[in-house]
Amino acid sequence: MGKNNPNLILMTGDLGYSVLEKFQEQFPNQFINAGVAEQNMIGVASGMALAGKTVFVYSIANFPSLRCLEQIRNDLCYHNANVKIISIGAGFTYGSAGYTHHGIEDMAILRALPNIRVYTPADIRETKASLENAMLYSCPCYIRLDKGGSDVLHDGEIKSVERVLPIIENNSDISILTTGTITHFVYTILKEKKLAFSLYSVPVIKPMDIQGISSIVKKSKKIFTVEEHQLDGGFGSAILEKIHELFFKGEITKIPLVHRLGFRDFIPKLVGDQNHFRDLLSIEITLN
Amino acid sequence: MNKKDSIFIALKIRKLVLKMITESKSSHIGSSFSVIDILAVLYSDVLRISPATYRSVERDYFILSKGHGVAAMYATLAAYGFISEEELTTYCQNDSRLFGHVTANGVPGVELSTGSLGHGLPVASGIAKAFKLDKKSNRVFVLLSDGECDEGTTWESALFCAHHQLDNVNMIVDYNKLQGLGTVEEIMRLEPFSDKWKAFGWNVVEIDGHDHADIKTQLNKKNISNKPTIIIAHTVKGRGVGFMENKLQWHYASPNAEQFNLAQKELG
Repeated sequence: MGKNNPNLILMTGDLGYSVLEKFQEQFPNQFINAGVAEQNMIGVASGMALAGKTVFVYSIANFPSLRCLEQIRNDLCYHNANVKIISIGAGFTYGSAGYTHHGIEDMAILRALPNIRVYTPADIRETKASLENAMLYSCPCYIRLDKGGSDVLHDGEIKSVERVLPIIENNSDISILTTGTITHFVYTILKEKKLAFSLYSVPVIKPMDIQGISSIVKKSKKIFTVEEHQLDGGFGSAILEKIHELFFKGEITKIPLVHRLGFRDFIPKLVGDQNHFRDLLSIEITLN
Repeated sequence: MNKKDSIFIALKIRKLVLKMITESKSSHIGSSFSVIDILAVLYSDVLRISPATYRSVERDYFILSKGHGVAAMYATLAAYGFISEEELTTYCQNDSRLFGHVTANGVPGVELSTGSLGHGLPVASGIAKAFKLDKKSNRVFVLLSDGECDEGTTWESALFCAHHQLDNVNMIVDYNKLQGLGTVEEIMRLEPFSDKWKAFGWNVVEIDGHDHADIKTQLNKKNISNKPTIIIAHTVKGRGVGFMENKLQWHYASPNAEQFNLAQKELG
């Protein structure tokens, strides 16, 4: 991406050891380490975007999101600045690192802001498609990633990440909607337990594919949403909002039963890795 | 006096601001008055920008980081023909595009919407960094309040600008020594102020922020260092109207009819 676009700048808040060096070596004039100062970094990114650059900002979980929330709101969203925030460490990616490093409120907070697009890809193919998609829009984008190496869910290239993407689609009237890399965790449970439900990934939670949601709602008596995130205001909340909008507009005539799986006001007292925390959701038991 | 002289225009801006703030019953007349002389010199004698070139890629950038000084900003833009004087009557009224804190909103000459303090310098630094990368000679001016120097982001940016040798950054601090609830000395001491900036690697200049000749000379001085420049402008809050000068209440209060008449009389 750097090669084809000399106007593309990559900034980091002094994180990305062994990840960013290659870019830095290849494009030294397009790389800025802004130091451990995320609020200034977003402001600088905004200024560069206002002067014509496309700026990618890289950091971990809450550091490029909540730490600099007002900079995202005022400097980026208010000005519709062309800045793409890459946040590594979605959910409990850094589970054992403690609550400071748990990215479990960002979706709720970021999706409340105007002008921004929020991507939460589930695998490497969705990630690639999300980055390509973000480049199509001259606006702030928030791209919520795991730390890489996640299992591949999709067989081929993704045509449009803006659509709700089927992972398993069958005649079941029970559908599961997920976002982010927990999708693969759910997929594995369905396969192991031989549960014949449909499973869909929603890679862009703002703006959301309302037509895609509508089709799923029409064929489903029951919908589960799964997210590695706080429940209030999160992915499941967004789905509920969309379902009620569809019902209010008369585009659907029945509201399915929706059960949301996620974390509620959760500050762990004991250490866990990512899958340990995912296990706390008891997805298996709920789906059975 | 020459009608194009910044001193004459500053007086005109003061009168416009007095009217805007009185009619809209809004705040920050003192904060507006303290920066008017600086704004007038910037637009008369410093900035490469005009109503015809405000979108030009060659323009200098000006950001009013202290967004509450907005009345002075809009009145200045009207005085220099970026917007009409007539539009100023809509300030803070329903359906106007002129909000009570600096709002770009398509207003010609406004680069950045501000209002929350400590945002202007980081964004100005980004603009300046982009110009450096592109080897362009545009200059970036940003005007902060002294209270804004309480914000951590201002100091994050201070490090960034010095580290990246952004000698195209010109930061002016409206050092009127009064902030929200009292004097800077009482609330959050900045002194030794210039030493702090020197220690951060900045080129430090101190001026009388109401002396047009001094402002003009210093803002146009070629920066031969590779450092960003801070211009500490010693100013008087409420400058121009005797009973408002150095009075904390005029950070918030809006003049009543009697005070308006008194102020108008003094401005002549």
